[in-house]
Amino acid sequence: MNLTLKVWRQAGPNAPGRFETYQATDISTDMSFLEMLDVVNERLILEGNAPIAFDHDCREGICGSCAMVINGVPHGPLKGTTACQLHMRHYQDGNTIVIEPWRAKSFPIIRDLVVDRAALDRIIQAGGYISVNTGSAPEANNIPIPKDAADRAMDAAACIGCGACVAACPNASAMLFTAAKVAHLGLLPQGQPERARRALRMVKQMDLEGFGGCTNFGECQEACPKAISVEVIARMNQDFRLATLTDRGESRSQGGI
Amino acid sequence: MELNAKAPGGPLAQQWDAHKFGLKLVNPANRRKYKVIVVGSGLAGASAAASLGEMGYNVLCFTYHDSPRRAHSIAAQGGINAAKNYQNDGDSIWRLFYDTIKGGDFRARESNVYRLAQVSVNIIDQCVAQGVPFAREYGGLLDNRSFGGAQVSRTFYARGQTGQQLLLGAYSALERQVQQGTVTVVPRTEMLDLVVVNGKARGIVTRHLITGKVESWAADAVLLATGGYGNVFYLSTNAKACNVTATYRAYKRGAAFANPCFTQIHPTCIPQSGEYQSKLTLMSESLRNDGRVWVPAAKGDKRAPGQIPEAERDYYLERKYPSFGNLAPRDIASRAAKQVCDEGRGVGETGLGVYLDFSESIGRLGEATIRERYGNLFEMYERITGENPYQVPMRIYPAVHYTMGGLWVDYNLMSTIPGLHVLGEANFSDHGANRLGASALMQGLADGYFVIPFTLGDYLASAKLEKVDTDHPAFKAVEQETAARTARLLAVNGSRTVDSFHRELGRIMWDHCGMARTAAGLRRALELIPALRAEFWRDVRVAGGNEEFNQSLEKAGRVADFMEFAELMCLDALQREESCGGHLREEYQTDDGEAKRNDAKFSYVSAWEYAGPDAAPVLHQEPLSFENVQLSTRSYK
Repeated sequence: MNLTLKVWRQAGPNAPGRFETYQATDISTDMSFLEMLDVVNERLILEGNAPIAFDHDCREGICGSCAMVINGVPHGPLKGTTACQLHMRHYQDGNTIVIEPWRAKSFPIIRDLVVDRAALDRIIQAGGYISVNTGSAPEANNIPIPKDAADRAMDAAACIGCGACVAACPNASAMLFTAAKVAHLGLLPQGQPERARRALRMVKQMDLEGFGGCTNFGECQEACPKAISVEVIARMNQDFRLATLTDRGESRSQGGI
Repeated sequence: MELNAKAPGGPLAQQWDAHKFGLKLVNPANRRKYKVIVVGSGLAGASAAASLGEMGYNVLCFTYHDSPRRAHSIAAQGGINAAKNYQNDGDSIWRLFYDTIKGGDFRARESNVYRLAQVSVNIIDQCVAQGVPFAREYGGLLDNRSFGGAQVSRTFYARGQTGQQLLLGAYSALERQVQQGTVTVVPRTEMLDLVVVNGKARGIVTRHLITGKVESWAADAVLLATGGYGNVFYLSTNAKACNVTATYRAYKRGAAFANPCFTQIHPTCIPQSGEYQSKLTLMSESLRNDGRVWVPAAKGDKRAPGQIPEAERDYYLERKYPSFGNLAPRDIASRAAKQVCDEGRGVGETGLGVYLDFSESIGRLGEATIRERYGNLFEMYERITGENPYQVPMRIYPAVHYTMGGLWVDYNLMSTIPGLHVLGEANFSDHGANRLGASALMQGLADGYFVIPFTLGDYLASAKLEKVDTDHPAFKAVEQETAARTARLLAVNGSRTVDSFHRELGRIMWDHCGMARTAAGLRRALELIPALRAEFWRDVRVAGGNEEFNQSLEKAGRVADFMEFAELMCLDALQREESCGGHLREEYQTDDGEAKRNDAKFSYVSAWEYAGPDAAPVLHQEPLSFENVQLSTRSYK
């Protein structure tokens, strides 16, 4: 099939950007969306033009690299699916497809569809871990964890850190990303000692990075390629409120936040 | 070149403890004075960087991704082995050791493999404490499943995303150290060369992937945790960026490359659908717990699978290997699939596929149970193929998945260049000629959490390192070479894209150095590869320039190294005149088509030394001696 692409092109963070139109011809329905872009890029290179830059790596929907808004929807039309796992059989001959980068102040554009998502790493640095040095762990089966709690923790831990939740949110909020980690660790007995501190510090860092607040649109949940539920945000809000009441400044005592 | 494995003698079970006691220590107060470079942030790199940071070393961790969490360990699906014996089914450290040595077709070092089995139990403890949400039973304790090559259930898993969860555990430990100031992560930065000063590894030269800036970094030791080289085949289950550059550059600086021909072809991947295909997708081996592999009994039977009656199906793994059945090890299952397809009994449009059928287990356990066990894998299969595997059997075919070969290391994980340590898939150490399922995650984390923290200290305490910084002429020289090479790639401005060359190289390797190899085929490949390489340097077109974000240039540099490395693989495959594990030489097989080892002649690790651009590499041998296991013909019948 043949398609028309309108792709956001931007040479660098401070360069002006614009939409460019390309014809994607002879596209097979079995191709993935990124393979379709590969074909377009091969042609661009042979014509002496700059290929479209986009982040990608595993192409199995797990590394979280690929990040593009397809016809206004992060990762495209298929629910629970990353752009790399979207296949062209969901399109028809003659379709026009608009492709943009994640748009959020906290994700500066590097080039074309590639953005800087380091802010998400800094949120994890603020508290997205359990402090346990190598070698100091107790025997694994010493603490039984109810299967339901482990399963719910796993649901939240499935986050791939792609940033689609931010791109989908009218406020460019990173609540779903941050809350997924807070909920994952907060649901496990191992995560309890740092639970209050974690919520306070991660939320603080999220604010410092310039992400917007949550006003319950729920777009994040719809865009999440791992279908993480906004329920995790409720859990984080609960932890945060409780921590605000009990905190005596300890959460700020380490690490400079 | 001397290959001193430093394998400790004495009773196997006490070797690691005794060896550790003999290692020199670095005083906690002195550790921050040592700078350590870790290249790679997958399971091995992240766990090493985090652990060394916790100990107080000053660590720099490099990744070419935007975040360390995206390293390809993230994609491992099925699980991680550990000799916990929670299922009371007869597992033990000794059994995991034995299964791994046997699974590797007796081409790995006993001492290393035993240590791996020993620390496997600590890994599970560590990961659970970090919050890794492993699957659990209703009683709240950890669940296990079975994997190929074992008759016990010792595999721990987190749905079909075990690698992701283990990596996020290591990543969170790493980010904690970043917050504490012991580790600095350097993202979007690719190592392009190693710097050796006075015979010791003292740093690396990198290219910043956004600005193109070539930069030097000095340290007291360099750790490579840069993964495997499966992408030499172009199509593999590896992520697109996985490459051989870091280890190959180290090889050219004097590190021996061991067993490069030992590659693993995974039996259960989604078959290729067209020329444009950019990668192959694995379907976890765990599926073989409940899926049955079959093809039509008759050649050329093109009926839909549902229309082929039971009596006209050939469940060939169950037939040929009744005691392991569908859970035969990977090399054996892959070869069996190739055999039935070569006989003309393959399924799907290309005839390069076999069925993996869940109808029997869905009937026995119900769809809900199967969905709970493998739901995300089934969804992935349907997304890619457009077919619903709850209703029609999956179609699978073998694909390149893992490379057992890698830089040669001693028992301390140090290469033949003092100060250069190699961890995880990047080294050759533990899997011999074939890796068992769920053992890659185990090895990556063993190396990073529980081996290097001890052995690195011994090197630093005894190496008597002089002060070296990036002003040293050795750094300037390597920087210039690196920049010149990039300029050369950009200057060709030919008529073929990097991908088209990579695809052609992959085809040569798959045809001649893939699932079945012959002397004639390998010799043919050794003619084709240099010719293709010459054409690459004459006719490649790399878009754009150096001082920008340039993915075409990144690829070109990696493919240029694959073009040289491919030759080394073929040379290694040619000299090993036996079949073992994933290395099947058609000339050396038993009457019923099984691999035929030649222990008298080839019970060694081949370690290749670079001898210059115009000279053939030199083969060294590390003899393997087996004092604790009896060498036997591997039988899974």
